Amino acid sequence: MIKLRSPRDFWAGLLFLAVGIAAAWIARDYPMGTGGRMGPGYFPFVLSTLLGVLGAIIMAVSFTVDGPKVDRFALRPLFLILLAIVIFGLLAKTLGLAIAIMALVVVSAYGGHEFKWTEVLIAGFVLALFSVLVFVYGLKLPFPVWPTFITG
Amino acid sequence: MDLIHNLGIGFDVAFTFSNLLYCLIGVLLGTLIGVLPGIGPVATIAMLLPATFTLPPVSALIMLAGIYYGAQYGGSTTAILVNIPGESSSVVTALDGYQMARQGKAGTALAIAALGSFFAGCVATFLLAAAAPPLAQLAFKFGPAEYFSLMVLGLIAAVVLAHGSVLKAVAMIVLGLVLGLVGTDVNSGMARYSFNVPELIDGLNFVCVAMGMFGFAEVIKNLEDTGERQVFTKEVHNLMPSAAELKQATPAILRGTALGSLLGILPGGGAVLASFSAYTLEKKIAKDPSRFGKGAIEGVAAPEAANNAAAQTSFIPLLTLGIPPNPVMAMMVGAMIIQGIQPGPQVMSERPELFWGMIVSMWIGNLMLVILNLPLIGMWVKLLRVPYRLLYPAILVFCCIGVYSLSNNPVDVYLTAFFGLLGYVLVKLDCEPAPLLLGFILGPMMEENLRRAMLLSRGDPMTFLNRPLSATLLGISLLLLLLILAPAIRKKREEAFQEAD
Repeated sequence: MIKLRSPRDFWAGLLFLAVGIAAAWIARDYPMGTGGRMGPGYFPFVLSTLLGVLGAIIMAVSFTVDGPKVDRFALRPLFLILLAIVIFGLLAKTLGLAIAIMALVVVSAYGGHEFKWTEVLIAGFVLALFSVLVFVYGLKLPFPVWPTFITG
Repeated sequence: MDLIHNLGIGFDVAFTFSNLLYCLIGVLLGTLIGVLPGIGPVATIAMLLPATFTLPPVSALIMLAGIYYGAQYGGSTTAILVNIPGESSSVVTALDGYQMARQGKAGTALAIAALGSFFAGCVATFLLAAAAPPLAQLAFKFGPAEYFSLMVLGLIAAVVLAHGSVLKAVAMIVLGLVLGLVGTDVNSGMARYSFNVPELIDGLNFVCVAMGMFGFAEVIKNLEDTGERQVFTKEVHNLMPSAAELKQATPAILRGTALGSLLGILPGGGAVLASFSAYTLEKKIAKDPSRFGKGAIEGVAAPEAANNAAAQTSFIPLLTLGIPPNPVMAMMVGAMIIQGIQPGPQVMSERPELFWGMIVSMWIGNLMLVILNLPLIGMWVKLLRVPYRLLYPAILVFCCIGVYSLSNNPVDVYLTAFFGLLGYVLVKLDCEPAPLLLGFILGPMMEENLRRAMLLSRGDPMTFLNRPLSATLLGISLLLLLLILAPAIRKKREEAFQEAD
């Protein structure tokens, strides 16, 4: 029975292999051209093949050399931080910068270890005020401040 | 007397009121993020890029450069007072700096760090001014084949200097190169890897990649551990080091400056590597190495001088060859392109005011840092008391605003979130993000030069070996590759990084 000895390397290798195969597969559709006149597919195909080969080697080595286990993923911050960022993207144009920042701060703070409503709301308010003053009024970045259906 | 004439141009540009102001803003912001752990210069520059859209190019670059070397000053403050590095380049400063602080010599440690950095900054700035013109002359002789080989060398060097597994670092570079291909092919106009998403047809924005992998992934990673930090609260006084301490620190500062200047120029080098190497060197040549880790003043002086010198000399390859040696410089490339400036040897001749203005501003910035920093230490210490749970939402807000305003498009924000996820997963698998970002930046340039070189040689790959400059560069790359694969060196390299951890 072959034993997996370096899990971190194994998964990293698998990731590189998968991306390499996928990228090479897609690159088949691009014209290759010749060495002297390379088409848009030439460089991508060579690179993704190389990536796949490297991934395969890393995976193979992971069976022969001991390495550390993969640590637990911190799923709560991972999920909530990314969610908060996506929410910001969704809200910024329609509900305006102030509300988008408030939502970002509340959701992302929920991903931390300690969550106190008053503290988080104050932080959100201060950050929203500061950002509106500096970025919208100061640097004139084209953000709507308030929901577009209210201001028109 | 060209140099003096050129520096004259630089002083004219850098000494205008607005440029002095932007320099000040840059170094203050740099110090701020240097002091605060959990946010580095890459993410900060990415955050500030949108704010520089409306600035003149010189002011924008002066400010962004200030952030990088300012961060080197700030990082030492946290390392000495709190025993955690505010910046990854200050990891080794914490070893002896914190011990000095515990012995009541916090002021001395801070002063030595600042003076050492200032000295190193002056030397490195002068080096940059002196070395850049001849190097740029050399770069004009480069054809596409030479550029391609140079980039190969740069990427290989990045592998040698990266942490951990060589194979994984190479794979990360290639992954970065592949990501760099996303978007329209300049030669044929064909959209590659765009999956019919209109935003991807223009290519991935490097700010999304950098901010995701260095900003968001870092925040998520930091939230893994619960540890609250303890600020070393004793009053900081007695700033002036004694004559004996100065005598002890001076040679260390000189060595750190020399080593840092050298390592900054190397591709893949930069401030982090410089400080580690300087510390290792001091320990090696010390008469009594056991003093290190117990408050040896050389252990503060050398790495702090080295990281600041390297932060400055790493501008040399960027400004002369147009090739970024580390992720921060990659961000500077992005900033220059946004301003409509193609980095490369032509910058110096076509935009002398930009080039020399930036160099002179670095010297002024260093002066500002050494004057401002010591009196401001009290304020930085107060900032350190802000708990991370309040800090990271603020980091996220500024990152999101920065990414969103790249093109006023929420898709960039989603892409950045994706790269945050990817960055977190890769870090969990012991894959360093820095080589990926370098590959990403260099990818399109490499393809372009490869295709041009092959076209010129009518498809004969021997062109890379027939041209002496190109062959030399490839030869050095091969040598480097063989060196890291050689068992003896490999062991040494692992030891060096072990010490760093």
